[in-house]
Amino acid sequence: MENDKRASMDFENALINVDRIAAEDVIKKALHVGEGDVFRVIDTIISPALESIGSKWEAGDIALSQEYMASKITEELTNKMLPIESPQRSSRPSIGITTLKDQHMLGKQILKALISSNGFNLIDYGCMAIENIKEKLKTDNIEVLFVSTLMLNQALTVKEITEFIEQEKIGTKVIVGGAPFLFDEGLWKEVKASAMARTAVEGIHISQRLMGE
Amino acid sequence: MIKDEMTSMERVLTALGQEEPDRVPYFLLLTMHGAKELGMSIKEYFSRPENVVEGQIRMREKYGHDCYYPFYYASLETEAWGGSTIFYEDGPANAGAPVIKKIEDIESLEAPDVWDSPQLLKVLKSTEMLKDHAGEDVPIIGVAMSPFSVPPMQLGFDKYFDIMYEDRELFDKLMEVNTDFCIEWSNAQLEAGATAICYFDPVSSPTLIPRELYRETGYKIQKKVTSQLNGPVAVHLASGRALPIIDDIADAGASVVCTSVIDDLTEVKTACKGRMSVLGNLNGIEMRNWTAETTANTVREAIEKAAEGGGYILSDNHGEIPYQVPHEVLMGISDAVRKYGQYPIDR
Ligand code: B12
Repeated sequence: MENDKRASMDFENALINVDRIAAEDVIKKALHVGEGDVFRVIDTIISPALESIGSKWEAGDIALSQEYMASKITEELTNKMLPIESPQRSSRPSIGITTLKDQHMLGKQILKALISSNGFNLIDYGCMAIENIKEKLKTDNIEVLFVSTLMLNQALTVKEITEFIEQEKIGTKVIVGGAPFLFDEGLWKEVKASAMARTAVEGIHISQRLMGE
Repeated sequence: MIKDEMTSMERVLTALGQEEPDRVPYFLLLTMHGAKELGMSIKEYFSRPENVVEGQIRMREKYGHDCYYPFYYASLETEAWGGSTIFYEDGPANAGAPVIKKIEDIESLEAPDVWDSPQLLKVLKSTEMLKDHAGEDVPIIGVAMSPFSVPPMQLGFDKYFDIMYEDRELFDKLMEVNTDFCIEWSNAQLEAGATAICYFDPVSSPTLIPRELYRETGYKIQKKVTSQLNGPVAVHLASGRALPIIDDIADAGASVVCTSVIDDLTEVKTACKGRMSVLGNLNGIEMRNWTAETTANTVREAIEKAAEGGGYILSDNHGEIPYQVPHEVLMGISDAVRKYGQYPIDR
């Protein structure tokens, strides 16, 4: 336990300092100690570190660039341990992710890196038009849809998705995030989302709760 | 001079001189609302400089704020570099796909000539026309993207962070080209009649990068650009946090800093120590749903926090009021400034 905690803190520091080599060392060592149990490393070292980084960003203690570099390094490391096509991933619930028609991709990218670092099965819908997303929702059996927008007018279109889901009784939960939701606390309710998250890690926690994991 | 006879220019200059004018100056930084005013689409509105001029004049007649704002949209600058723009019916235009496809292309990147870009010339034309109309009575606020904050549109935010952290040589090269462009573009606007340049630099904000990194990068660039502009500079962090780098922004030579709703206005004002004036910090995104009461109270609170002694201009915290913000709220802000913003401020 104590060792995991220390390893997680070392991992976090390596990420914040954008030190790839140190970060990889922590993971290699942990894999060795844990006899190659990837999910154990994710749960005990990677997730707590990312969670702490997320809260530090939210509190204004670290900047977005650090969160981005952390998510990028972690994604590279987890993809090495747990390739995207790995059967261990595809047996997990499906999470969809989109920016709707918003052209701003960075939030989605960070989110994607973090979700995939947590071993989920992720489907990226890019910046697809709403009509196409609706089609996908009907066929893809998505449990949770993450929507990340920066532009207010795009954030307001989330309502078209949530109302469609309700009408068609599809059951997909919609979690929203991005600047407009951070600046207007009531916006997520206005667009009838299931929840909003201030950070990617918070989003993952909420989705786990919503999926009953 | 009798105080209530001040023109907008006198009011703003008095405030920037850290003295109290007749009332608190305020900038309604309206862009797309001009299209509503003229009953046309946002795309059509920004296609002719005359539309922007007409829109700006009509909006100032309606709300009585203290500036003209001939800013079109951020990606207009990237159009000069060969980029495209995507227009929406109900929101600001966005940059299309990045012009720099591979980061290696930065090595051979050259800045466009301001005078060869039909898009930039439109802004200059709007500025000249507004200047003809306003004379010395109303400040005209020109806008330039900082060399340090334009790359998310030029190459994508991810690649930009990648080179900022891991390829300083390419990063420096990009900054060099962008800085030349920014200086030429800003000075062209000043020459056309802009009173000051609002330098949009949110990537310098501690929301986006840590202060240590800013000191090595965005700060130096701010300083260089500011020293070469033929007019005053307002550094705008587009609703990113400003407080932790206020001293740096002042050192870099800014006359004004625009601060976010996430910063405390009193703290920002205090930190400026009379070296810089403060612009801000109403939350534009929330503004859409403000009631008459919220509007009045929010304006009053901002004035109480920052207006004493001058050095304060009230505005939204992003440098552009969202299209969805209704006329009633804009009118409410204007009425509240006139009601609560008469100097001396009554607390
Ligand atoms: C930096 C910045 C710029 C830069 C770079 C922008 C870019 N990416 O291209 C420049 C100066 C170029 C710029 C320009 C513009 N900007 Co700007 N900009 C910002 C700023 C300061 C940060 C945006 C950013 O990229 N953040 C990085 C992302 C990754 O952060 P994030 O979305 O918050 O995401 C984090 C969390 O929220 C979370 N998250 C995000 N999504 C989700 C989803 C889920 C499900 C979960 C769980 C979590 C989650 O995870 C992320 C990591 O922690 C914001 C204000 C702010 N304080 O946020 C304004 C802001 C985004 N800009 C805005 C606007 C309007 C513009 C312009 C359209 C202005 C104009 N008229 O031209 C242009 C458009 C530029 C373009 N691309 O064409 C508005 C948008 C809202 C609105 N009013 O409609 C904002 C919000 C400012 C404001 N307060 O109004 N901008």
